[in-house]
Amino acid sequence: MEIIEILFTASFWAAAIRIASPLIFATLGELICERAGVLNLGIEGIMVSGAFAGWMAVYSGTGLWSGVCIAMLVGMLFGLLHSTLTVPFGLSQHVVGLGVTLLATSSTYYAYRLALPEVTSPPKIEAFQPYEVPILVDIPLIGTALFSQTPLTYLALVLVVLVAVILYRTPLGLAVRAAGENPAAVAAQGLSVTAIRMGAVIVGSGLMAVGGAFLTMSAFDSFFFEMVNGRGWICIALVVFGSWQPGKALLGAVLFAAFDALQIRVQQTSFGTQIPYQFFLMMPYILSILALIIMSRRAEVPAALMIPFNKGER
Amino acid sequence: MTDTLVEALSLDAITKRFGELTANDAVSLSLNQGEAIALLGENGAGKTTLMNILFGQYTADSGTVRVFGEKLPPGNSRAALNAGVGMVHQHFTLADNLTVQENITLGTQSLLSYSSNSAGAKAHIIALSNKYQLAVSPNARVGTLTVGERQRVEILKALYRNVRILILDEPTAVLTPQETDDLFATLRHAISDGLAIIFISHKLHEVMTIADRVVVLRHGKIAGKVEIKNTSKEALAKMMMGTEASPPEVANSTPGAALLELRKTSTLDIGNKPGLRDVSLTLREGQIIGLAGVSGNGQAAIADLIGGSMYPVSGQILLSGTPIQGWTPHNAVKSGIARIPEDRHKTGTIADFNLTENAILEHYKSSNFSTCGWLNWRKSRTFASAIVKKYDVRCPGIDTPIRLLSGGNMQKLILGRVLEGQPRVILANQPVRGLDIGAVNYVHNQLLNARNRGAAILIISEDLDEIMALSDVIHVISSGRLSPAFDRGQMTPTQLGLWMAGSGFDGEVSNAS
Repeated sequence: MEIIEILFTASFWAAAIRIASPLIFATLGELICERAGVLNLGIEGIMVSGAFAGWMAVYSGTGLWSGVCIAMLVGMLFGLLHSTLTVPFGLSQHVVGLGVTLLATSSTYYAYRLALPEVTSPPKIEAFQPYEVPILVDIPLIGTALFSQTPLTYLALVLVVLVAVILYRTPLGLAVRAAGENPAAVAAQGLSVTAIRMGAVIVGSGLMAVGGAFLTMSAFDSFFFEMVNGRGWICIALVVFGSWQPGKALLGAVLFAAFDALQIRVQQTSFGTQIPYQFFLMMPYILSILALIIMSRRAEVPAALMIPFNKGER
Repeated sequence: MTDTLVEALSLDAITKRFGELTANDAVSLSLNQGEAIALLGENGAGKTTLMNILFGQYTADSGTVRVFGEKLPPGNSRAALNAGVGMVHQHFTLADNLTVQENITLGTQSLLSYSSNSAGAKAHIIALSNKYQLAVSPNARVGTLTVGERQRVEILKALYRNVRILILDEPTAVLTPQETDDLFATLRHAISDGLAIIFISHKLHEVMTIADRVVVLRHGKIAGKVEIKNTSKEALAKMMMGTEASPPEVANSTPGAALLELRKTSTLDIGNKPGLRDVSLTLREGQIIGLAGVSGNGQAAIADLIGGSMYPVSGQILLSGTPIQGWTPHNAVKSGIARIPEDRHKTGTIADFNLTENAILEHYKSSNFSTCGWLNWRKSRTFASAIVKKYDVRCPGIDTPIRLLSGGNMQKLILGRVLEGQPRVILANQPVRGLDIGAVNYVHNQLLNARNRGAAILIISEDLDEIMALSDVIHVISSGRLSPAFDRGQMTPTQLGLWMAGSGFDGEVSNAS
């Protein structure tokens, strides 16, 4: 069977990891926000703004890594806006989040037109190139899949470990988790819930923007409208799928990406050509919904998610 | 005690205003090392405001706080904690999904330090819990602990930070008598080690047991400071209220016909809260039944059965001897069952509705308040005004949103709404939770009046004093099982406490009737 053969090709798994990379960044970002108790629906728009900012910076002459940093800064600015409205002012996280997505998306398009008023097709940049890790790349199957990626993918994988260690092994991570479980407990121990939550949203939004920048600076070498194409919303589901844990979220992202990579390849098989291609486009989403249903039954939602906290009120 | 007293805390002329209201008016007090003082006062007397100022959650308008001689910067909880002030809040400030150790160590290290010294912290917690008999496992999730264990975690939180002054805000409200005794033993041990304690309570006998001195607040001012050895419960009550307290006089009643009966009813478990196991309970005319027990042992299921929001999986509900079908809250209200809900904020009232709307919530469809589907606001407002007047609901007016009322006044409105309907059965679930003595006596007297005119009343309460003062018959509930009926005066609090802890059900308590 052709499908089984596909599953054992290194190029398939390499593609899956590549497709998963932007999802990993953004899912980690959303996970940090939600662990602190704030749902960040600005994710979709922040990814668009990050995709544009990183690409535009490189197009204007900065280095690739500076471009990543600029994308992150833009994301953090939107995070600052989001958290100012949702944390000290305690506004509805749904409304603010969707507002940030609309604002970030449309202001990105506006900036694009300001910067490039004449062009019909967006210019290309010199994007990140794959880097083969010596020795490790020679491991069969896994070597090519994991160790012939671009540096941004390696960064995404390192971040999963880093976020997990910070969340579970440091006083800072404990404070973030406690802020999402019971902010009153944080305040009673003399810590500032406002600072912790705002910090988490700002850092998380920065990661979302890097996820967007991956698309223009690593996966492709140019910026298109509709490029993010709902990946932000997928990441919201991946956080639930991962039960708010970085490791499981990584698993979810790779699984979703594998479905996506698989459907492209199955389309080209003899079996695939007999079925309308839209059917295959649908597959990752259907399989994700099924996985989500199974996984999220045991998920532990942060108890104070979406509940604003005001000092001195019950 | 040593002869040289070290002053741990001094509050000097603390004044705090909220708009028109002066919550604390030039309040001064001092506390020595190794001493326990009780802070007494009615709701709204300013106790919690004062403690929140001390703990840095509010900023005082004037006055200073000194801890061991050092002036404390205002409005800074972190500074208060660092100076050695700890507070056990009335509503626990614990995160359920974190472990005991995580809750205790939260915020004790710099957030930028790169690793947590987990093993050292655990050893320290175990040492503390052994020393002060606060048995609790550091690795347990707080969500799996009982209320008593959670309070131990709260106290460990403070001890872990080496606090030298500990504020306890109504710490016994949720404990069984045995747990209260254990708490007091722990506190005495800590006091003998030099800890200074401020104990907020409205239970006078506990104040008499644990405190060396009492400071009484009334309307934001100090109404008196006395040594425990020079005072009595009666004197304290008088100082607190400004008048003599008049605990309700309970005359004997002659119970009449059975109005509502649960016969061998069982319900399903909900989460980790047990359902009922073959519970039989009869509410009779002119009788108050008290249901004692630690919360979460099936009280909610009994209340839901009687109020019509639940139907038993087995057994029967009988109304005046007739088994009923299709039991809904609507039918229950129509059958003359009135409810004082457990949580007046969540299920008793609608916060943003005004007093009038809240007063007619249960009966808005009745001909008194509507005709042909149109609300009659004139009659509704007259009804609400009558309740406000008769039941002394202190409020700016009947058009005020009810969330602006204090708990006591909100409860009085609910009480009026219940009693004005002349109900035959009254389900009073925690009727005086969080109320001060004046309001408690008022609510109790009204319930006794209702009994005397022939209503059947079920009082559900975690407060044994309340149950023992009012009930003609007492049942204890534990893990969904109901004890036999005990007559007034038959049981001591300790015996009831054993039943509450579940031991009587296995025949360990000999005088079960």
